[in-house]
Amino acid sequence: MTAPALETRGLARTFGSFVATNNVSLTIAPGARHALIGPNGAGKTTLINLLTGFLEPTRGQVFLMGEDVTALSQSRRVRKGLARTFQINRLFADLTVLETVTLAVGERAGIGRRFWRPVGAHGEVIDAAARIITDLHLGEVANSRVKDLAYGRQRLVEIALALAMQPKVLLLDEPAAGVPTSESRQLFETLAGLPADVTVLLIEHDMDLVFRFAERISVLVAGSILIEDTPAVLADHPLVREVYLGEGAVHG
Amino acid sequence: MTDLSASLPAVDTGPLKRAARWRPAEFGFWLLPVAGWFLFPDDLALLTQIAITALFALSLDIVLGYAGMITLGHAAFFGLGAYAAGMMPAYLGIGDPLLGLLAAALVAGLGGFGTSFLVLRGTGLTRLMVTVGIGMMLYEAANKASGFTGGVDGLPGVDMAPVLGLFEFDLYGQTAYIYAVVVLFGMFLIARRIVMSPFGLSLKAIHQNDTRMPALGVSVNSRLRVAWTLGAVFAGVAGALLTQTTQFVALDVLGFSRSAEVLLILILGGAGRLYGALVGTIAFLLLHHVLAGLDPEYWQLWIGLILIGVVLFARDGILGGLARLGARLHLRRARP
Repeated sequence: MTAPALETRGLARTFGSFVATNNVSLTIAPGARHALIGPNGAGKTTLINLLTGFLEPTRGQVFLMGEDVTALSQSRRVRKGLARTFQINRLFADLTVLETVTLAVGERAGIGRRFWRPVGAHGEVIDAAARIITDLHLGEVANSRVKDLAYGRQRLVEIALALAMQPKVLLLDEPAAGVPTSESRQLFETLAGLPADVTVLLIEHDMDLVFRFAERISVLVAGSILIEDTPAVLADHPLVREVYLGEGAVHG
Repeated sequence: MTDLSASLPAVDTGPLKRAARWRPAEFGFWLLPVAGWFLFPDDLALLTQIAITALFALSLDIVLGYAGMITLGHAAFFGLGAYAAGMMPAYLGIGDPLLGLLAAALVAGLGGFGTSFLVLRGTGLTRLMVTVGIGMMLYEAANKASGFTGGVDGLPGVDMAPVLGLFEFDLYGQTAYIYAVVVLFGMFLIARRIVMSPFGLSLKAIHQNDTRMPALGVSVNSRLRVAWTLGAVFAGVAGALLTQTTQFVALDVLGFSRSAEVLLILILGGAGRLYGALVGTIAFLLLHHVLAGLDPEYWQLWIGLILIGVVLFARDGILGGLARLGARLHLRRARP
């Protein structure tokens, strides 16, 4: 049996006396479409930060493709195939979309330290970036500055950046947050069209998106995984309904 | 999704692929030093000063304009280069100017690499204070080690050999001017390549959002270390030019006011634009020259007022202001 793409064992993080992540053991198979849901303050973002190495765990381990990466820095984990998007857009405001994605593809290809030939002479990197941009329907704004783009499109640039890293595991931190309904359809199509061999962990508030996208769902409450099952089972689960009571009904 | 992509608008990669091409305005700009030679043959000393200061400002542009590291201690590397270039003939009897440049680049680069570890330990105000501290320590060290550096009296015995063994430094400063301009142009070409390379792009990205870069697998500090060291090398070469063209090293090459002045110059011209360093230097030194002639007593007041005006009305400097003006005119023309 192959190693899980992403696995945590007894992962915990406390801030003073506050337990943000409590003994989380999560196993995600290669190529899985896994979602993590939970109410505000459940510790979803802390968990993502522990997975990416932005935060150090108080206890426990993180495995990527069976390898213990707990001690590795953020950038080292990225080079081992773990990419993420950010909940709040964290882009390069003054770069164009094409420059942004070219930067990411170039870093992935290991040419980021080259200082003599101009960026424009690395045609194969630019063309690879152009393909990602085309796939995400961003072609017409490729030469616009990121800061001049509508918010929904900036979210797509976030995803383009993560895809440019050719990740084995992709963490999507609330990709639909702030995206107007008119643009959310395209976002879903983009997510549905992600390469099948990429393992995806989706953290999302939009239950509609979660139940359409995910094959398995974990419910995080107060830092612990309460339950994990398929969308079909969880849609009618009283616990999920209880947790999301007040956040709107769940649509199957 | 795939069946759709055939009909999607293709990405126009042309602008990025052609970004490093020389623009007509750039050719025009580099005619200025030629024009200066013919128009102001009696002011070559001032023009040489402009070329040297422009190279110094360019070195700061790599560090501040591109990598986004604010510093008030950049004269440390200018001074290291100036002293290294002075000691080559004064102590080692090596008067060849190009070897002097090499020694200056090496010494300043080592200084830059060594201090980068200190500078990268903090961010923001802490980092700024560290740069001030480095500058002050070097100044005091050079001041106290007067047996070695000449202290406040300056370093004597800087006897330069002819450039390439052919061109003697003359009393009219003709060789000095051509030499300084050629070195400036050569260093500019190197800087231009660097900022337009993938490495340069990563510096711009770090400048805009350094917290995002680790998520692209980039170790920010190692990139900044290279940028800081590069800036030190360029500053060292500028310092060496001053030593070689004046055949003297004064203690003020390390002075705090030199660090502050070059920062003003870069902001005046426009940081992060390569030509901003050059335009800023020309504007600042010409202003300085003209105002000091008109009003020898209060010229600093006028220069201060003008600087405040520029910063208020064109926060991104002369070039930034011009670019916005150009964009506005372009828009107006495009409108029916």
